[in-house]
Parts: sequence; C-alpha cells; structure tokens
Amino acid sequence: MSTAQADDDDRDERHGEKHGERNSGENRGKPLQSAQSNAKFQQECSTCHIAYSPRLLPAESWRKVMSGLNKHFGSDASLNDKDNKEITDFLVSNASNRWSAPTAPLRISETSWFKREHNSHEISPEAWKNPKVKSPANCAACHPQAERGDFNEHAIRMPR
Amino acid sequence: MLRVFFVLCLMLIAQSAFAETPESVLATLKSEASGTPGFQGFSAARGETFFKTKHGGEWSCSSCHTENTVAEGKHAKTGKVIKPIAPSANAERFTDMAKVEKWFKRNCNDVLERVCTPQEKGDVLTYLLAVK
Repeated sequence: MSTAQADDDDRDERHGEKHGERNSGENRGKPLQSAQSNAKFQQECSTCHIAYSPRLLPAESWRKVMSGLNKHFGSDASLNDKDNKEITDFLVSNASNRWSAPTAPLRISETSWFKREHNSHEISPEAWKNPKVKSPANCAACHPQAERGDFNEHAIRMPR
Repeated sequence: MLRVFFVLCLMLIAQSAFAETPESVLATLKSEASGTPGFQGFSAARGETFFKTKHGGEWSCSSCHTENTVAEGKHAKTGKVIKPIAPSANAERFTDMAKVEKWFKRNCNDVLERVCTPQEKGDVLTYLLAVK
C-alpha cells in the first residue's frame, strides 16, 4: 500500500463531489489491500472471476452474498458449510471499514463509490461495450493488478 | 536439514498414495450407478451428446468448456479462462472426488436445473477420458 494510492483515493472522492455527486456513505475500505489473506478465499473465489478485495463491500453485503451462493448472479457457486463459514468470516472481518450507509448492495458495481469512480466523465459508455471488457465485473480488463487489490489509477490500461 | 528433506519425501509419497485418478473417480461413479436398475455401463458417445447439448436452459457444458475439450474454455458470464477439462490435456482434472462432486453439483444445476445422475456423470467422464 503506497501513500500515492491513498492520495488517489482521496482525490477521486473530492473529484466526484465536484461533479455534484454527494458522498452517500457507501465507501470502500482503506487500505484496499487488507493485511490479512486467506488461502481458501483466494482458491474458491478466483475460479470464475477475480477474488474481489473484501474492502470493496460492507460486511452485510458479504453475509448476503455468501448466504446465497447457490444462486450467485445466475450461477450455482455453492460451497460446503465449512468452507462457506471460513470464507464468510474472512470477508466479514476484512470488509469495508469506511461504510457508513445503512445499505448492503450485492453488486460492487451498484455501490456509490464504484459509480463515482466510473461515471461518464471518467469512462465513455462505449468503453463498457468493448468485448474485451465484457462486464463491469471484469476489473482486470482495465486494472491489470486488480487481482492483487491494486486499483491505482496510474496503472489503468484501457483495452483497445 | 536432511531430516526435513526426509519428512518432505514421506509427505509426497503419502499424498500420491491417496490421490485419486480419473479412473478411480470413474470407478466410484460406476459403483454408484450400478445401484440403479437397468444399468448397462457408461458410454462415451452418450456422454459427448450430453456434454454438447442444451438441456432446456441457456447453457450446455460446452458453453464454457467449449466443444474442444482439450482446449481452454471461457466462463460464459465473466470471460475468465477455464483450463482444459479433458484429463489428457490437464492432469489435474478428476483427481479429487470432493472437487468433482462440487463442480458436478454446481454445473448440473446451471445447465439442467437439477443434479446429474451417476449414469450421466459417468458417461461424461468416459467421454472426456476418450478425448486425446
């Protein structure tokens, strides 16, 4: 975690407010890369998509996601009870530490912080239609270090 | 140092002695299937048809694993690369019964909206083992 990255975060938030988007309290945590890691989480959650940093959502979101894995955004991603509990515990204890809103969205792309960072001033609607992007869930299409929880704006590479 | 090496060797031996193989997984499926009346063995041809056909829903097995099972696949939703499913192209496949059961449960639910029968699972594995 570099100081530069923390500064980016703060600057992004001020930048968002300048465009008239008030901070709703749906803030991802800091630092984005949690100090803890968990092998089971890495292994199980990175099979179909990148293992999203737990800091991106509040604890209650993770509880909801993990209790509905048999219908996980249209796919069955169910785990046995033991693995489910271990991963839920990890996600909950490393969730966003700056979330003050009484909300618990299921999708990272539905959070205010995500929308603020990816608004149309920042990214043209066409960029989302690139087949190499495919879905907003595909962080690594533009954030090559996303798997490591590094979303530093200086590392962004938009696919052509 | 030598002792550490010795212990490591022992661990490796123990692991390989208990590791499952696609053949032992198939044998387990066979013993499950043989409990059903009229069971007459597994068929690669039936497995291939099952693998490549949609079963009333949006996806077939090959939607993600592709029809070329020795090639890399791609998750139909997220686009994440999936390593080849055929054991001849990926030695890790079907070497852990718990993992096999986990994925049959998930993927059968996605493709058929139900669990697969031991017959269906055995047919598919027989097909995948026949692909070189």
